[in-house]
Amino acid sequence: MTLTSIETFIIICMVTIGTMITRFLPFIIFQGSKSNNSYISYLGQFLPYSAIGLLVVYCLRSVNFKSPTYWLPEAIAIICIIVLHYWKENTLLSIGVGTVLYMILVQAVFI
Amino acid sequence: MYLGEKRKALRAAFPHTIPVFTGFIFLGIAYGILMNSKGYGVGWSVLMSLMAFAGSAQYVAITLLTSVFNPLLAFLMTLMVNARHLFYGISMLDKYKVIGKLKPYLIFGLCDETFSIVCSTKIPESVNQSWFYFFITILDHSYWVLGSALGGLLGSMISFNTKGLDFVLTALFVVIFVGQWKTQKDHKPAVIGILCSAICLVIFGPSNFIIPSMIGILAVLSISRKEYAAEKEIAEEGVQ
Repeated sequence: MTLTSIETFIIICMVTIGTMITRFLPFIIFQGSKSNNSYISYLGQFLPYSAIGLLVVYCLRSVNFKSPTYWLPEAIAIICIIVLHYWKENTLLSIGVGTVLYMILVQAVFI
Repeated sequence: MYLGEKRKALRAAFPHTIPVFTGFIFLGIAYGILMNSKGYGVGWSVLMSLMAFAGSAQYVAITLLTSVFNPLLAFLMTLMVNARHLFYGISMLDKYKVIGKLKPYLIFGLCDETFSIVCSTKIPESVNQSWFYFFITILDHSYWVLGSALGGLLGSMISFNTKGLDFVLTALFVVIFVGQWKTQKDHKPAVIGILCSAICLVIFGPSNFIIPSMIGILAVLSISRKEYAAEKEIAEEGVQ
């Protein structure tokens, strides 16, 4: 431990408070606003789709494009997931096959 | 009757959390091991996971726990890393409006994975939606705490090759993206999300692209709203 117990606890509280601000803020700001605020209900309707798009890019943010061996495992696994999910529409199957395929690719194929 | 309703909600919620279980146990173990290697035992990992419940911010905080004590920096870094949660709140305003006494906990636990499930899952009519959301949230929260505890306890005893297992969460988000793509006719918001983020990632780099992406997404969505409003007006006039 680099920090003392009290310092560590304060850091944990800071991370907690920071996180809670980002989670509670929208609910606090728009608490009083009526549900007929058309801009907010427009965002509520379409933002989830954009947010999942952002989340996908966020997960892939560290993928390196310098050499195909770095990005091919991600590309192959994601294409496989998309095809499988379009075809079977079974969430656990798509995730399971995609993840196992990715693990094989990074452990045995593109080392 | 009341108990039966809760059990029914739990039974409906659990299958949706299985991918998160896999991802969180693994990432939680990795977190616990990492904390352990810096001298922070299982108690600290569990306390952090229980209170903050924010994977990426907790990983960032490890670097802050191993340098000079700087609580303000910890606070600001967390705000930066977790700014994307603002979008989740805005997206869930309507769905969480009717929740009642469970609402503070649902907002507390609105992490990436919980959001991806609650925003995309159609709850069967016979299932109580408040309890359904509650069980999704508390199951995810307990997997994360459990994983951190296991990591802190087992330390380096785990020996099978887990390389690539963390891809399970990427896979979860891709699956939800595809599912939304199939059910939603208007693909513009999804494309806007991917394109804005990808462009910002290229321009600002992996550690600084989230906030510019959020601003970009909001700007483009706001611009296309006028178009959407105009189309809607035409459609409504057509109906009349």
